[in-house]
Amino acid sequence: MDLSAFFVELANVWPRLLQGSIATVTVSFQAIAYGSVFGSLLGLMIFYGRMPARICGWIYLDFIRGTPVLVLMLASFYIVPLAGLGLSATGAGILALSAFCSAHVAEVFRGGLAAVPPGQAEAAKSVGLTFPKILFYVLLPQVLRQALPAWINAAVEIVKASSLLAVISVPELLLTTQQIVSRNFMNAEFYLVCGLIYFAINLTLSKFGKLVEKRLAF
Amino acid sequence: MNYSFDFVPIWRNFDTLLYGLGIGLSLAALSILIGVVIGGVVAFGLVSKNKPTAWIAGLYVSFIRNIPILLVIFFMFFALPQLGIRFSKITSFVAALSIYAGANLAEVFRGGLQAIPKGMTEAGMAVGLRPMQIRLSIIIPLMLRSTLPSMGNAFISLFKDTSLAAAIAVPELTYYARKINVESFRIIETWIVTSLLYVAATFTIASLLRLFEARLAIKR
Repeated sequence: MDLSAFFVELANVWPRLLQGSIATVTVSFQAIAYGSVFGSLLGLMIFYGRMPARICGWIYLDFIRGTPVLVLMLASFYIVPLAGLGLSATGAGILALSAFCSAHVAEVFRGGLAAVPPGQAEAAKSVGLTFPKILFYVLLPQVLRQALPAWINAAVEIVKASSLLAVISVPELLLTTQQIVSRNFMNAEFYLVCGLIYFAINLTLSKFGKLVEKRLAF
Repeated sequence: MNYSFDFVPIWRNFDTLLYGLGIGLSLAALSILIGVVIGGVVAFGLVSKNKPTAWIAGLYVSFIRNIPILLVIFFMFFALPQLGIRFSKITSFVAALSIYAGANLAEVFRGGLQAIPKGMTEAGMAVGLRPMQIRLSIIIPLMLRSTLPSMGNAFISLFKDTSLAAAIAVPELTYYARKINVESFRIIETWIVTSLLYVAATFTIASLLRLFEARLAIKR
């Protein structure tokens, strides 16, 4: 390993690495946002819905969680254009990641709802709150506090899974790194750099989660 | 949307898909065996009183757990040969998967180790066992039993990760599915059948593991 050559090359390519990192963060952020919204609704549906809705929810969950993310990604990449939705490769990737994220979030959310003692909802009902009010003022604050660590874990999973977008040719961090090493042949060095960037992104995410958790604690 | 379903090209290649599924399962089984050994050793490192050992083990676990597995696979497959270490495709994939599983299992085993009451070790010492004997015949069996459900989950997620072998052209289920996809253009059918195969396999593994757990549980 020639260190000086490595630093010269790093100085050359760092704008591209930065671009790749930004793409990774943006894609993951979108997937987490969509997935969390859809996942929470799904969790509510599974917890409170009628039997048919509940069964549909479970089938969706088991299907998404039983399938590898790569298969979801390839399926959405090949099927989406066929359905005429007009999404780009990035869009197809975000769709697959959101589906994956929603399954995780639904499970987390359902667990959070189950962990709130039933007395809470009963007390709220007895003072005359309607169901939406019970949900927003009584249950959700407790569920969110309870589910935060697991939700942060799901977010880290999504950032890691966003590397699969490289397979469907979206230039995020991993594909950018591949393009860089295919030009300069410094495989070990730049894959290590790429790993360090992912490590930094995810460490920031978990530290941020810990911080919020501390602020929200009783 | 005007699309008529035609599953015939998929059924014609169904044996290939099943063969790919078998390859995926064997890759996952091999990796979890190596991963359990790595994870066990690293878990003892994590709880070690020796500061540098604990620090190195912690660094390995938190680094690997925070980077995508695809990156580990690429590193093994593309970067190591450059450093003079040459593996075949399958060896490097199994190595990457084992290293990844090792980090996740180390975290699981650490939890298991910390949950073992101190009295167990002390009882071992009282009957005159040496530290290594205490580990092998008291701590490790207890730890393995209490972490079995988590190991099952690790195996399932490892099996799903074998789909990534397609990225370095190891012929397993996803690789064959992609091949059938581009050869027959029966896009929706291919991916429905492939995901159903994965779902069926993970479901079967999960049920078998639950049975196994029930057999191993201590009767009260």
